[in-house]
Amino acid sequence: MKNLLRYLKGYWGKTVLGPLFKLTEAVFELIVPLAVAYIIDTAIPEARGGVYRPLIFGGVLIFILGAAGLGFSLTAQFFASRASAGFGTNVRNALYRHINTLSAVELDRFSAPTLVTRLLNDTAQTQNAVAMFIRLVTRVPFIVVGSVVMAFIIHPLLALIFVGAGLITGAVPFVLMRFTQPGYREVQQGLDNIGAKTRETLAGVRVIRAFGREADEQAGFAAASKTLAQKSIRVGGISALLNPFAYALVNLSIIAILYFGGVEVSLGNLTQGQVIALINYLTSIMHTLLVFANLAIVFSKASASAARINEVFETRSSMEPGKGAAPLIGSPAVECRDVCFAYPGGAKNTLENLSFTVMPGQTLGILGGTGSGKSTVLNLILRRYDAGGGEIRLFGRPVSAYTEAELRALIGCAPQKAELFAGTVRENLLWGNAAAAEADVELALKVSQSAEFVSKKAGGADARVEAKGKNFSGGQRQRLSIARAVIGRAPILILDDATSALDFSTEARLRRALKKLPRELTTLLVSQRVTSVKNADIILVLEDGRPAGLGTHASLLKDCALYREIYEAQTKGVSA
Amino acid sequence: MNRLKTAPQPRRAATLGRMLRYTKPHVLLLALSLLLSLVYVLAALLAPVFIGRAVDHILGPGSVDFGGVLVNSLLVGVSAGAAALSRYAAAYTLNAVTYRTITGLRNDAYDKLAALPVAYIDSHSHGDIMARIVTDIDLISDGLIQGFSQLFTGILTIAGTLALLIAANWLVAAAVVLFTPLSLFVAYFIARGTHSMFQSQAKDRGDLTALSEEMLGSQLTVKLFGQEAAAQRRFEAINESFKKSSQNAAFYSAMVNPSTRFVNGLIYLTVCILGVLSVIAAGGGFFGLAGALTVGELSSLLLHVNHYTKPFNEITGVVTEFQTALAGGRRVLDLLDEAELTPDRTLPALAVAGGGVELRDMAFSYTPDRPLIEDFTLSVVSGKRVAIVGPTGCGKTTVINLLLRFYETDAGSIEVDGQNIRGVTRLSLRTAYGMVLQDTWLKKGTIYENIAYGKPDATPEEVAEAAAAARIRKFIERQPAGYDTLLDENGGNLSEGQKQLLSIARVMLVRPPMLILDEATSNLDLRTEIRVQKALKQLMEGKTSFIVAHRLSTIQNADIILVMKDGKIIEKGNHAELLSQKGFYHELYNAQFS
Repeated sequence: MKNLLRYLKGYWGKTVLGPLFKLTEAVFELIVPLAVAYIIDTAIPEARGGVYRPLIFGGVLIFILGAAGLGFSLTAQFFASRASAGFGTNVRNALYRHINTLSAVELDRFSAPTLVTRLLNDTAQTQNAVAMFIRLVTRVPFIVVGSVVMAFIIHPLLALIFVGAGLITGAVPFVLMRFTQPGYREVQQGLDNIGAKTRETLAGVRVIRAFGREADEQAGFAAASKTLAQKSIRVGGISALLNPFAYALVNLSIIAILYFGGVEVSLGNLTQGQVIALINYLTSIMHTLLVFANLAIVFSKASASAARINEVFETRSSMEPGKGAAPLIGSPAVECRDVCFAYPGGAKNTLENLSFTVMPGQTLGILGGTGSGKSTVLNLILRRYDAGGGEIRLFGRPVSAYTEAELRALIGCAPQKAELFAGTVRENLLWGNAAAAEADVELALKVSQSAEFVSKKAGGADARVEAKGKNFSGGQRQRLSIARAVIGRAPILILDDATSALDFSTEARLRRALKKLPRELTTLLVSQRVTSVKNADIILVLEDGRPAGLGTHASLLKDCALYREIYEAQTKGVSA
Repeated sequence: MNRLKTAPQPRRAATLGRMLRYTKPHVLLLALSLLLSLVYVLAALLAPVFIGRAVDHILGPGSVDFGGVLVNSLLVGVSAGAAALSRYAAAYTLNAVTYRTITGLRNDAYDKLAALPVAYIDSHSHGDIMARIVTDIDLISDGLIQGFSQLFTGILTIAGTLALLIAANWLVAAAVVLFTPLSLFVAYFIARGTHSMFQSQAKDRGDLTALSEEMLGSQLTVKLFGQEAAAQRRFEAINESFKKSSQNAAFYSAMVNPSTRFVNGLIYLTVCILGVLSVIAAGGGFFGLAGALTVGELSSLLLHVNHYTKPFNEITGVVTEFQTALAGGRRVLDLLDEAELTPDRTLPALAVAGGGVELRDMAFSYTPDRPLIEDFTLSVVSGKRVAIVGPTGCGKTTVINLLLRFYETDAGSIEVDGQNIRGVTRLSLRTAYGMVLQDTWLKKGTIYENIAYGKPDATPEEVAEAAAAARIRKFIERQPAGYDTLLDENGGNLSEGQKQLLSIARVMLVRPPMLILDEATSNLDLRTEIRVQKALKQLMEGKTSFIVAHRLSTIQNADIILVMKDGKIIEKGNHAELLSQKGFYHELYNAQFS
């Protein structure tokens, strides 16, 4: 939690003033038992004598204390809500900004759902803790300490009972927290577990039913939810100890006060009204400490949340940002030299000793199955990861020399997953080129073979796109993703298996349209279909991260057994 | 399709009643918990009475009755001890009731998923269904059950305190009762204002969640296009509005406590003054008639007044939680009330003889206004291989959905070996087919469990054999943990191709009498695909099979090729026949060489 406090920036005034106002209210509250003691010891005897002034004075005093307390308290609540909401907003903004700086390596480590949870739920917990802190942090210790001080003023020796009781009751929540905190973490894990199980079942509904395993899945879920219940009951059982314990302790102290107070009254060192005042102070200590217990729970949850948030903050991008470079005219568009790469945590190299050169205007086809490393090559060219060995150059400069913006200006990419975003078709395309004019949008739609289906949608280029592009078919999403890749007029175009959902005739038309673009376009084309790459200037055949062949269609047919095998299988059918 | 039961109007009382019914199996424990609460309330009420009596034995110098002080102190100890113990026991048992209840409810909600039509699961957001099973049920535990107990204890405390007050001094009691509506009114008034604030807060939070999920779910694409800054701006804009709404919601809800505390302070003051007057009157006059008071009794009255007003604060808190819980409960009940598949336990199992499939005049549409499949008739002789091709959205996968009864036909019939598939159990129909889909699904668990998913009692040899047939055996054995390698949710730590091979191995192990392959090899390594195709071919030997594929190479050897467009069969025949027709198939086939 400590690390997050800097996000109170701009709210320090409120964070300090809030507790001060609360403090004032607490002071007023502390005076009330004294006023009651005054009424009992002074006003009652006076009233018996027919003098009601002290009684009226006491009554008015108590009323004023209450009304002023209300005012101060409301002000404090106002500050608390301001500061906590501001704090939460600051943390969320900063966390989101930080997540945006993370590279693929770190994003692999945190899945998207856990990032969303941390960004929203965990920040809400810490925000709540800040609000509670402002509302109660001064009030709780002040009432406790204040009551003890008041007790000292009334009778120093009897006040020792307060000190003892206060210390014990104050320590107990912390002791309990040691046990509850890991417990709450387990409960949270249990909940995550149940969520994951449900998600899995929903995604696998067909397979589960096809194999008739519903009952087994239900048994698995029931077991997970039983574990969760047991853990919840256990941790609930520990935190439920606090209230009864505090209650018993306070009553024990009251008994002590009754007895020793009786002795002192008998000796004439104390009055009856003061005994009542002491008991009142003890009761208010008890109430306050119970509030403190709830506070302890809030803080224990918040500190677990803060740890999860800090884990993200402490994860820094492993990418050294490029310092900026200008492409060298006349150098190869893409050049790979002896590139090796292993994913973090992966034992085996995903790519080994990969070398190839693509000149501007050429098309490189990369053929290989899933797991062969073809997406990895692209990831390295896009600098989502840094190569472990060797070097990749774009237009004569190492990829790591370019800034992110420069790289984007060099490469347009249609990734394997054609992800669209909520908005309009146009807004989605503008991601590829914020400055695109109407003509650019039209051209991009035409080239990507999207013009026809887009024009059929209500609004054309301004048609709604739902989140994830749900209202478009897989093939349509792929084509829009290609449109988004070409609209930026980058000299290099990457199509990462970006046409897999297109039928052959549409794909052929797309290929021809790209050829006709009035600019020198270097294309990197990844596919599993031999027909998609066979017209490329150079074809790289990858198998298990190693180059199995590099050349033209004709030369590979002659020299590369794998290529020949694939070609025959895909064009002539399985001939077994 | 099943006729939809009309869901009952969301009546709060009905929701509450049905939710509470889930506590039924734990009713004894709940009764025990409430009984313990009763003990707690009574004991906690008695303690101040004895404190007051003890104080009355402490009059002044020389006039302290130590015997009386000791006896009453002892009684304070006993009642406080009893209160503490019963309170803990009540809390513990209530916790047990709560979690057992919601476990029952949660299991029911999860079990419901198996009884729902696939159509429901396809057409509803999975996130929303998850939220019902996870979050909404949690709200119920907080709001309904804990709230119910707080309400119970609160009402008991109020009633008990009132009784004590009346017994001590009816004037004081009357004053307290007069103030009660004021306390309630203040709380109600603020709570009502808070409600709308909470709603706008919930809306902003929803917007923020939606944006974060969308952007972070596709973060690599966001980064690819350098949209981090733009996304940040949108995030901050919503966050700013969320700041305002949560600020308001927090402030208004935080007003409740100080305000009711002030009202309670007024009650305390009134009791104090009236009590003092009664003490002074000492049995005489108007105040004396209301009930003579000693100083000790006054102090216990004041302690009781604190006791009396506290539950009001809690109850107003409970009311807000109740509302949230009821809303959550409603959502869970809505899920539980969804129309279920018609039960088929009484139906016979499908008896597969050869696997002849007969589709007659079949019609189907996902939405009534957009007919998809119409007049679909097809006769498949047992052991034949049927391939279905056609552009995306033509209804290929829908046919598979209908064959397996994931969806029900709107008209016409499907028969397997002369038995209408609606007349047999779904389980027997589905296990008659082996199914490999493009969307491979794997369970979180070991590789072994996943391959043996269709036959949990398979021997290690059988599993290894199936893995070998699916060309994944070597990969598995290379893993440090071999077949015990743990897979993440949906095989997150495997490539698409490896996942597909595992799902093929899963079918290889079962060796079902019929097969359905829906783009079953689309994610495979090319060389692997060639080999797996051979293995699949062996598996299909003599079995009725349905194959959906994009790549024409994979279907050329089928006995019947159906070319579908817009839900209709437009061409039908074997590869050679279709090519010679020079129709749509011919066009598709040649496009791959253009």
